[in-house]
Amino acid sequence: MTRIEILGAGCANCTMLYERARLAAQDLGLEFEIEKITDLNVIVGYGIMSTPALVVNGQVKVSGRVPSASQLKEMLT
Amino acid sequence: MSGLAATPALPGTRSALPARLLPLALLAWVVAYSLLSRVSTWVTRDALRLSPATHLGSAVEFFVYEAPKVILLLALVVFGVGVIRSFFTPARTRAILAGKRESAGNVLAAALGIVTPFCSCSAVPLFIGFLTAGIPLGVTFSFLISAPMVNEVALALLFGLFGWKVAALYLGTGLVIAIVAGWIIGRLRLERHVEPWVYQMVPGDDRPQERPPTWEDRLHHGFDAVRDIVGRVWPYVLLGIAVGAGIHGWVPQNFLASIMGRGAWWSVPLAVAIGVPMYSNAAGIIPVVHALLEKGAALGTVLAFMMAVIALSLPETVILRKVLRPTLIAAFLGVVTVGIIAVGYLFNWLI
Repeated sequence: MTRIEILGAGCANCTMLYERARLAAQDLGLEFEIEKITDLNVIVGYGIMSTPALVVNGQVKVSGRVPSASQLKEMLT
Repeated sequence: MSGLAATPALPGTRSALPARLLPLALLAWVVAYSLLSRVSTWVTRDALRLSPATHLGSAVEFFVYEAPKVILLLALVVFGVGVIRSFFTPARTRAILAGKRESAGNVLAAALGIVTPFCSCSAVPLFIGFLTAGIPLGVTFSFLISAPMVNEVALALLFGLFGWKVAALYLGTGLVIAIVAGWIIGRLRLERHVEPWVYQMVPGDDRPQERPPTWEDRLHHGFDAVRDIVGRVWPYVLLGIAVGAGIHGWVPQNFLASIMGRGAWWSVPLAVAIGVPMYSNAAGIIPVVHALLEKGAALGTVLAFMMAVIALSLPETVILRKVLRPTLIAAFLGVVTVGIIAVGYLFNWLI
């Protein structure tokens, strides 16, 4: 089970990252759960200073930008 | 709108080969830019058969020339800044600023505010990240003031519509306001007006698991920035230039001299008072500002208005309220507002 977290205070980019990550995970046929996280404690706890950020299985994969679909697939595998 | 006919393809394509695309995009840019004046004259006078002496003809020619010109300049500057920004992440900027003393730290923070990628939606995590790393409050504010105010969109538009001198003046005074305002906030010892839980947060290690970027990645970053930023702001640019074109065509010359001219001392504080609660991006406001100036408004008044609109906004204040108590918010707004008013008077006096 892959655990995908999208961190950010709900800006337009956060929503875009959420959708793209969800589609990428589906395309890959992963068994996954995805969650939007707006709690500052969690965001800061990961050491993130620019949102949106993508965390996969507890590891920060990217922060401050929305990667392309192919980059996302690479990050999810 | 007929102006779109002259807008060439933007260099923001989805190619996986940005390095090979770059010379091509630059060539297309240069060709398009050099054709601007001829195309706008042709569209207005030959295709639409409008005389530049009429209100409509003058407005249309202005729009058809300025809109593609500004979008082209914007694309070029955004690309350049996008590439530069791939060298600066917030984490790296924080590492540079940590351990710097106050005065030098304010200068460095204001300068880094220009090149570090920043979005006001991540102002809060960035603020916490800076403070918990031991960066002084005033230095953090220098960054937070400079980052939105001195941005590439504002600089590109000022350069395109007013020339390099005004763009340089804006850059210089924006930096000075960020440095001085941050320094004053530091001197005021307002640390206790930060919400206390901020200092108790334990930040993790900001290390995305990514390989270091190659030049290919950096160019990609530049093209992405063009697609993202130009793709987002072009409607505002067109709308702003359309309003500007209307003012250009219909409002009589020197109409604004008595209201927004140099002679009216109250015009600067009034312009700032109107600008602070307004929320717009640089892209929408600058073309309007350009048209105001042309009709006799004073440069200082107009720059002050623009800085007030861009640098201080209600949404960002609301976001920062999460981490700042009202006293500190008031100090922040007060110090920056006074700085902007001072800049307005300085320009009206100088030019």
